[in-house]
Amino acid sequence: MGLLPAPLLAATLLGAPLLVAGGQQGNFVTDLVAKLSPVEIPWPLLVLIGALLGSGFFLLLVFITPYAMLAIWAERKVGGHIQCRIGPKRVGPFGLLQSIADAIKLLVKEDTIPAGADKLLFVFAPALVLASAIAMFAAVPFAPDVWFTDLNLGVFFIVAISSLTTIGVIMAGWSSANKWSLYGAMRMAASVISYEVPLGISLLVPVLVSGTFSLREAALAQEGWGGAAWYLFRDPFVLPAFLLFYTASLAETKRAPFDLPEAESELVAGFHTEYSGMRFSFFFLEEYAAMFVVSAIGALYFLGGWAFPGLTPLVEHLFGRGWIFNAVAIGVFSAKALFLVFVMMWLRWTLPRIRIDQVMTLGYKYLTPLSLACLLGAAAWELYVVPLFGGGG
Amino acid sequence: MERIAFALFAAIAVGGGLVALFHRSIVHSAFALMGTFLGISGLFVLLGADFLAVVQLLIYVGGILVLILFGLMLTKPDPSERKLRRVLLVLAAVAVPAAILVARIASAARWAAAEGPLPDPKPAAREIGFLFLLKDAYLIPFELAAFLLTVALVGAVFLARQPHPPPPGGEDR
Amino acid sequence: MSLGAYLAVATALFVLGLAMMIARRNLLYVLMGIELILNAANLNFVAFARYAAPAGGEAALRGQVFALIVILLAVAEAAVALAIVLHAYSLFDTVRPEEPDLLRE
Repeated sequence: MGLLPAPLLAATLLGAPLLVAGGQQGNFVTDLVAKLSPVEIPWPLLVLIGALLGSGFFLLLVFITPYAMLAIWAERKVGGHIQCRIGPKRVGPFGLLQSIADAIKLLVKEDTIPAGADKLLFVFAPALVLASAIAMFAAVPFAPDVWFTDLNLGVFFIVAISSLTTIGVIMAGWSSANKWSLYGAMRMAASVISYEVPLGISLLVPVLVSGTFSLREAALAQEGWGGAAWYLFRDPFVLPAFLLFYTASLAETKRAPFDLPEAESELVAGFHTEYSGMRFSFFFLEEYAAMFVVSAIGALYFLGGWAFPGLTPLVEHLFGRGWIFNAVAIGVFSAKALFLVFVMMWLRWTLPRIRIDQVMTLGYKYLTPLSLACLLGAAAWELYVVPLFGGGG
Repeated sequence: MERIAFALFAAIAVGGGLVALFHRSIVHSAFALMGTFLGISGLFVLLGADFLAVVQLLIYVGGILVLILFGLMLTKPDPSERKLRRVLLVLAAVAVPAAILVARIASAARWAAAEGPLPDPKPAAREIGFLFLLKDAYLIPFELAAFLLTVALVGAVFLARQPHPPPPGGEDR
Repeated sequence: MSLGAYLAVATALFVLGLAMMIARRNLLYVLMGIELILNAANLNFVAFARYAAPAGGEAALRGQVFALIVILLAVAEAAVALAIVLHAYSLFDTVRPEEPDLLRE
């Protein structure tokens, strides 16, 4: 367990910008600490506590790890049922504790470092990957009043931080001193560079519509009795943009059918071939955290955030915007995001993996021009069509 | 608080640069450069340029550094290329005049700069967009930059497409 | 923090970048050195803008706008430079900047 300080250190380093940028107005952790504390805590200390709790170990322990365990169990169950199997069933009811058993196995496994490996980078790479996952997670709002850091550049920040994952993967692949790992890392670099373009451009469509980078404000703008305020139904260009975003995000999170970096049938396990034990589990945690984050962006920016026709307005009408509303909002938002995660799993177990040249062709020749067309169309719609209906653009 | 953050980010930035300059392995140098970019991004946050900090992360770490690493993986490095003597000599030859120059400027110049704790900066992404598009101040640089990017894109594709013997191991991008 | 501290960091980065360009014999080191120098310049732009107009407003953003344009140039430069490096490597089978000397004949 000697390497646990490494991701913590990296996470705190990454958390420092968050602390400066988001800590100024405080977050719900600071509010909670201030409310629970019997003595008054001075403000800078409070900000420090909030940032530490919000960006580092706390987040990992309380949110990411349980979610990832559940998601891994769900992945195996979904895959099992799609293939007419049952999936894990031995450990606990419905095999629910299977992930915990796996985690324990990974924890007690020996941490091996290949003889020819570059030790420093080999140890640092999983920490970097995990730290970037934590930082991405920290920027996602869960409900109107439940968020760690409400960055005014929310989604932009997440996309930027996700590039740190790429560097971490290249670092892992190179330092393993293994041809398969290096191939996996190179494929990762190539596909991420190519798919970041359509991902970013298709995300610009809801940014354009909402006029803000902040995920929270975008979600607040989509509340209402029906689902009509959802950006997905706003104009004919948002739905294709959503599909493009979702496709590109599959490649960004190295999920099938774009999981070339870890293609089992060609590269053993790709960039994490040489990893075992804790470090291996870090890559797994990152993959599932990234799946959740891109799904959360999809839910918040396209699918109405925590609004659900009839339900959330009713709760707001009955109880006001107190903690009950926030709890319901967390439920609705999580359901939407987890549904998108489920679709990712569904796709993984349904579609065959495509070849690397097909990945490149799809990215450069189809997704990028299509996302540009969507952006152009959405901009034209906001300029020329929305004023016709008297809406403010 | 700000002092600690500044010291941290400055140390990461300069330390990363030093490692990049002195390390034997160019791949290590590239990864050290990531530290520099992250440190500068942090300094941008301290200077109130949130948008620029995120752009720095996205472009330098996610784009240029990955490109450089790509180039590293496709070329054959020369492990005996670093001569410590030469690096130290060049560093001294560059650093000493720079230090003298900085010392002279620092003693002579009178900055019209604010001192002490500055007021909190406001988020600026929207204003930067307005500056680029609505006011006529920076519209022409903006368009020229777009033109330049197109030219660079076409140029890079043209260079990469020059007929040369294909590398063993099949097609590349 | 005072303006001088930021300028000192920027100077250090500039010196490191310039030394890297001169001292290391690899075209990719030259590329990395240029990026360091551009970063140092950007830091100066932003720091000067911040301290010249601490109250914000358009004057405070000018430095950021300029830095954005510099980043844009850096992107274009990196893409073209990398294409040149890879092309030179496939022609001369080396990344040392002094070895391609066809014009010296």
